[in-house]
This record gives sequence, C-alpha cells and structure tokens, in this order.
Amino acid sequence: MSEHETNPEKPEKKSLFKRMKEGLQRSTQALSEGVSGIFTKRKLDGETLQELEDLLIMADMGLDQAAAIAEAVGKGRYNKEVSPEEIREILAEEIAAVLAPVEKPFEIDSSKKPFIVLVTGVNGSGKTTTIGKIGAKLKAEGKSVMFAAGDTFRAAAIDQLKIWGERIGAPVVETKVGGDAAGLAFEAIDRAKAEGTDVLLIDTAGRLQNKAGLMAELEKVVRVIKKRDPEAPHLSLLVLDATTGQNAINQVEVFKETAGLTGLIMTKLDGTARGGILVALAGRFGLPVHLIGVGEGIDDLQSFNAKNFARAITGAQK
Amino acid sequence: MFENLQDRLSGVFDKLTGRGALSEKDVDEALREVRRALLEADVALPVARAFVEKVRTRAVGHEVLKSVTPGQQVVKIVHDALVDTLGAEAAEISLNAPAPVAIMMVGLQGSGKTTSTAKIAKRLMKREKRKVLMASLDTRRPAAQEQLKVLGEQNDIPTLAIVEGQEPVAIARRAMEAGRLGGYDVVLLDSAGRLHVDEALMAEITQVRDLAHPHETLLVADSLTGQDAVNVAEQFQSRIGLTGIVLTRTDGDGRGGAALSMRHVTGVPIKLLGTGEKIDELEDFDPRRIAGRILGQGDVVSLVEKAAETIDAEKAERMARKMKKGQFDLDDLAEQLQQMGKMGGMAGVLGMLPGMGKIKKQLGQAQLDDSIFKRQAAIISSMTKQERRNPKVLNASRKKRVAAGSGTSVPEINRLLKMHRQMADMMKQMGKKGMKGLFGGMGGGMGGLMGGGMPEMPSDPKEAERLLQQMGGSGGLPPGLGSNSIAGGGLPGLGGPGGLPGLPSGRGKKK
Ligand SMILES: Nc1nc2c(ncn2[C@@H]2O[C@H](COP(=O)(O)OP(=O)(O)OP(=O)(O)O)[C@@H](O)[C@H]2O)c(=O)[nH]1
Ligand SMILES: [Mg+2]
Repeated sequence: MSEHETNPEKPEKKSLFKRMKEGLQRSTQALSEGVSGIFTKRKLDGETLQELEDLLIMADMGLDQAAAIAEAVGKGRYNKEVSPEEIREILAEEIAAVLAPVEKPFEIDSSKKPFIVLVTGVNGSGKTTTIGKIGAKLKAEGKSVMFAAGDTFRAAAIDQLKIWGERIGAPVVETKVGGDAAGLAFEAIDRAKAEGTDVLLIDTAGRLQNKAGLMAELEKVVRVIKKRDPEAPHLSLLVLDATTGQNAINQVEVFKETAGLTGLIMTKLDGTARGGILVALAGRFGLPVHLIGVGEGIDDLQSFNAKNFARAITGAQK
Repeated sequence: MFENLQDRLSGVFDKLTGRGALSEKDVDEALREVRRALLEADVALPVARAFVEKVRTRAVGHEVLKSVTPGQQVVKIVHDALVDTLGAEAAEISLNAPAPVAIMMVGLQGSGKTTSTAKIAKRLMKREKRKVLMASLDTRRPAAQEQLKVLGEQNDIPTLAIVEGQEPVAIARRAMEAGRLGGYDVVLLDSAGRLHVDEALMAEITQVRDLAHPHETLLVADSLTGQDAVNVAEQFQSRIGLTGIVLTRTDGDGRGGAALSMRHVTGVPIKLLGTGEKIDELEDFDPRRIAGRILGQGDVVSLVEKAAETIDAEKAERMARKMKKGQFDLDDLAEQLQQMGKMGGMAGVLGMLPGMGKIKKQLGQAQLDDSIFKRQAAIISSMTKQERRNPKVLNASRKKRVAAGSGTSVPEINRLLKMHRQMADMMKQMGKKGMKGLFGGMGGGMGGLMGGGMPEMPSDPKEAERLLQQMGGSGGLPPGLGSNSIAGGGLPGLGGPGGLPGLPSGRGKKK
C-alpha cells in the first residue's frame, strides 16, 4: 500500500527516465515479449511484419499508423535475419521519429503575468489531478500558482481542487455549484492579476466532445478569457487518458477547434495501456505533448520525452 | 456509440450483398475488412481475431458459397457471431439474495464508478422500490467521498456517514452493518478507482469482497477504452470475480469496441449502459438490439425469420407468376397489405430494414401510421369480386358505394387505385426484366402505399437515391438501398434484384 500513498510532503526523487520507465514498464512488457516472440531467430518477412503491426495495433496506435511504422521497419531489411534487440531498436527509432517533433517541455513564459493555462478534456481523464500536479511542479520551481475551479457541474469537483490547493498552498478561485464557468475564469484572471500570480491554472468540467451544448460552453470560457487577455489562454491543454482508444483522435480534433488547443497531456500511463494513440496523434495533428501522468501521486508527472516514450513502448533497453 | 463500426460493416456488406455468387476470395476479403472495421472500432486485437475466425469457420460450415444468397448468409453469420460475443440474453442487476444485498462497484480511475453508483441506487429505489444505502470506499481521490454524499443529497439517496481517516475495509464493514441495522435492502459500495495491476489495491478490494460478499460485483468501464480493455477486464475478473459490466459514456461517439472485448474475455454480461451525466441516464443493455444497431442491419435477421414464418411460399409463387404476366389485381394488393400487417406494419418492417432506422425516425410516427393500410384494406374489402379483379369498372357511383361501405372517401379510393395502377405497371416491367421474388412486389407496394405521404419514387436510380437521401438525410444509402436495389423499382430496399434477404419464392429458381 505504501507505494501508493500519495504523500505530497516528501516526494521520492527518482531519475526521470527511471520513473517513466517504471510507469511504462507494465505497458511494455507484453509488447516487448511480443517483439521477442516474433523475431527470435527469424527472417524479417511479410508475416513477421504483419505480427509487428498487430502488436502496434494492440498499443492503440491505430491501423494506419501501425502499418506505416511496420512498413518503415521493414524497409531495406526484408529477408534479413534480425534479432529481437535490433528490431526493438529500429522500432523505437521509428516511433521516436514520429514523436520527436511534438516533444516540447512544459514551459511558462514569465513575461506573461499571469500565465494562463486552460485544462480541458472528457470526463474523468485526469484534468483536476494533473492541475494539482502541475501546480506542485511550478511551486517547486518557485512560482506562485492560482487555481480556478471551473468545474461547477460535477458533484464535489470544487472540493477536489480545493484539496489540491491546500496540498500545494495555492489559492483557489471558486464560484457556487452550477455557477457560470466563463464568469469564474474572468474573475480568476482579475484576481491573479491583482495578486501578481505567476501562473493561473483553470480547471474545467469534463465533457464529451460530441455534446454541442457543452462544447459551446467551453468556447464561451475561451472567449471570455480572451476578453480579459487577447493572448490567453497561453496554453490550452487537452488531458487524454492513455486507456482511450481511437476516439482520442476525435477528441483532439474537436477540442482543438473549440478550445484552440496548444498541447496535450497524457495520463494513466502507469497502467497497461500503452498510449500508442499519441503516435497517431503526433502524425496527424503535430500538437506538442508536454507531460505524462504516471500515477495518482503529486509527483507522478513527467516531461514527455519522445525517445524515452518510444523506448518504453517497445521495451528497448537504454 | 457504434456508428462507426456500423458504417464500416455496412460498407463491407454492401459489397457482399450487391451480387449473387461469392468466391472464397470474396469472403476472405470481406473478412479482412470486417477485421479492420472491428479494430478501428477499438475491439481488442485478440478478440477481433477470434471473431473473424469464428465467422470464417461458420461460413465454411454453412456452405455459404453455394447458397443462393451468399451475401446475406454472411451478414447473418456475422450478426449471430456478434450476438454470441455480446451475449444472447439481456441480464439485469440481481437482488436475489438475503438483505442487505451488497453491490460492489469496481474499475479503473475515472471510469465513472461514483456516478454509476448513484444512478443504480436511484433506479433500484424508484423502479424496484428498494431501500438503498450508498457508501464510498474511496479514501484516495480528494473529495471522492464528498462526491457520493452530494449525489445522495441531490437525489434523496441515503449515504453512509463519512468518518475521517477510516480505511476502505473498515468503511465496508460499517456499511454492511448499517445496512443490516437500518433495514436496507441494498448496500452499494463505491470503491476507489484502481489499476488492475496495482497489487496492493487489488488485494485491498479482495478484502472488501470477502467481507461484504457482494451479490453483484460490477466492473465500471469507459466505452471509449481502447485495446487495454481486455487487460483490464481480464484482470478484474480473475482477481476479484465479476458478475456484470457497466459501460459508461455510451453517449459519446466512442466506437464501443470495449463492449465486445470485455464481454468476450470475461464472459460476464454487460448489464447497464451509462448514457449521460444525469442521474436517470442509465439504460439496460440489450445485446440483440445492440448487435442489430452495430450491423446497421436493423433487424434483418428477424425480418428474414418473420418473413419466412408468415409468407406462404405457395401463395408467393403464385403471385410472382401473376405479376410477371402483369396481372396484379386488387386482391393481390390486399394480400400484400395483410402481409405487411402480419410483419408488424410499416413501422415494423421499416424498423427491421437495413439502415432504415434513420429514415424511419425522420419520417416520424405520423407518416408511419398503419391506419392507412387498414383503410386501404377496408376499401378493397368493400369492393365486389369483379371490381377487385378489374378495377377499371369502378365508376363514380361504384366508388361512392365503396366509400360509404368502407367508411372512407372517394379521393382516398382514387389514390388507392392510382397506386395500384403504378404498382401493376412497375411489376409488369420488372416481370419482363425477370423479377425475383415476392419482395420486389412488396417493395413496389410500399412505394405505392407511402405515396400519399411521400414523394413518389422516380424510376431513375440516381434520382431515387437523391430523393432517399433527402428523406433520410443520411450521407449515402444504407445497405441494400444502394442504387442497384432501387433500380428494381419501388421503395426501400425491399425492391428489386439484389434487394432483400433470401426469401423463399422466386429466388429458389436461381442457381
Ligand atoms: N493511475 C493513474 N490515475 C490517474 C492519473 N491521473 C489521474 N488519475 C486518477 O483518475 C481519476 C480521475 O481524475 P480526475 O483528475 O478527477 O479527472 P478529471 O478529468 O478532473 O475528472 P472530471 O472532472 O470528473 O471530468 C482520479 O481517481 C485520479 O486520481 C494517472 O496518471 N494515473
Ligand atoms: Mg475534474
């Protein structure tokens, strides 16, 4: 139980790669086993490539992306003997090549005060938790942080964010349950300005992207934020659950349209989900991926690193 | 939820049913596309694989290739395999145990457990008139217990008082005790979200299980889940033992593959669907209906079965011969009207037709009013035998008599006669082209019958398609409604060559 205790006081420090690797290890076990299974002393032929493609599909990469990567792996290596280690390396390289352009650290432009971050996503994807974790990270960097409890809909959503606020010592701007989220964002910006806060993180209610009414509401939140500061939100982030299947593509498409997404965060990579959809998303939208969530704890947040992610997915050793 | 899968499969089936003979290669190709469709709909790869193999085996076993309607046979096999995978019977939450009956909710983080707990509680209170207590065992996520408490307050569902610092197992014990002492029928235990690979937390929930002896252990899973669904379901099933699955966010546009995956690997029924954020947005899961929906086949299978049941093959044969000769009289029309009635009327037939769901919805209840059939049948039955054989003899005074006798009006009779004429013409034409089967006739019949409320179907297939699209508002025609089936004349898919499922008469002659 102890390793799951979320103790904000003394986050255990581990190297970034180690943590992520741990987080992704479970996810990758099957894939690496699969890779070994396919390629142990075998020639790289059509059948083995098909099996490799299947493994990528099982990582939620999507059919087209999986086919493209399998093809890239096969190029020039047809009928050659390839060891599992080699194939893992090649596979990791191919995946990393797709992901590299979207690897972008989570950075705050301190000339913008407050730096406004809007966090959106479907229900239960991990928005509130991620906001808490980001807040903790910023605090540790010596920045002042404020939260806006923009989920005025879900029961106890405000309390949830307030607990995170207490944990990291960040003020939380809130309104009554059922209150206007756009109005709250407006108010929060004013307050952050008045208090000279460095970063304002705005939580929003979870919403499915096919609910026009709820998306219109989100659009309004963005509009109102822009009224206060035309450049804001400086980051508009979509929080994606790694267990999500192909629907993630549509999520990005619609939230991008509605909330002017600037980047992505993927959560729950500590499970067995591989998050392969990120590869498909990178190929398709090229939106920066900043962070990944690898647990419920306050420090279970990592910078997204294309190479490590790709290696972790394929199980390639350092 | 399953729209995408439906679109993809109907594309596959269109190709299959649009032609007569199928080669093994055709079937292989179709199955490859079925596999693709399943994977794109997030069905887990091992499950998609098993599914396709099952269909392949059955298709071979059924000697599909030699049958007269191979395409439809394959569709039916896929349908049956889907029903197999989803479970043939709807399963409900069982309360058949000594009170207080414990229901334990488990699942990954953020899957929708708390909301589903409240929804189920509300439903048991309202529908089953049970006394229900909810307890949150989620001591991990900030304000999770508070969330359930608020939901309880909002919906008048009693919740177990929150005791700070109490551990999940202790809360469960207290909940069961409160359930006994308070005379509750049901105690719902909402557990913290956990990863299926989290040893410590899986051990903890096992402890809760051994203490509360839940009669139902429901895995709450997000319908947007991808390939991981199999791992999650398998692990929860093997570690805790499940009695059912609650699929949430089915109001999203997820592709629903998780439903197939999880049911397949656990063998546990999907019991409920969450269809929205509100407390009453919870539905029973009916596998047959869902399978029908996935295939966009409406319920072709029931239609075929029903048709086979109700249609007298001999009569059909006789009618087909008459039609061929262009002798389609009012008796025949009456016969068809009767047939429609037997098959559940217009709404019934339309509902069972591939892809007609949308059109049916758009037409609305008003236009599908079956009373028009009854009136038309009444008109025909008020005619003399001679009039029915040869409607031309119906002059103004005869029409008045018939109108009075059937409680209708002369304009209505005129409409019926016009319709009959059009149908007879069409059938004569089709007869020349080699009309196959009774359903061509029925198709014409429907086209005509609907003539009152709907634009008449033009004979040019392109034009017809355009019109249908206007009506249905759907991009592209549903399976069986493709231009080649319309070319046969008449309305909705029932018409013409390549039209509907293998029906007894007429087609039998085709090799
Ligand atoms: N295992 C794991 N769980 C996570 C991670 N991120 C968030 N969670 C959990 O997922 C659940 C939902 O997280 P929330 O932060 O409440 O999600 P949300 O998007 O704010 O949810 P709504 O506001 O209800 O739409 C909680 O139980 C979190 O603890 C992660 O990276 N790994
Ligand atoms: Mg939230």
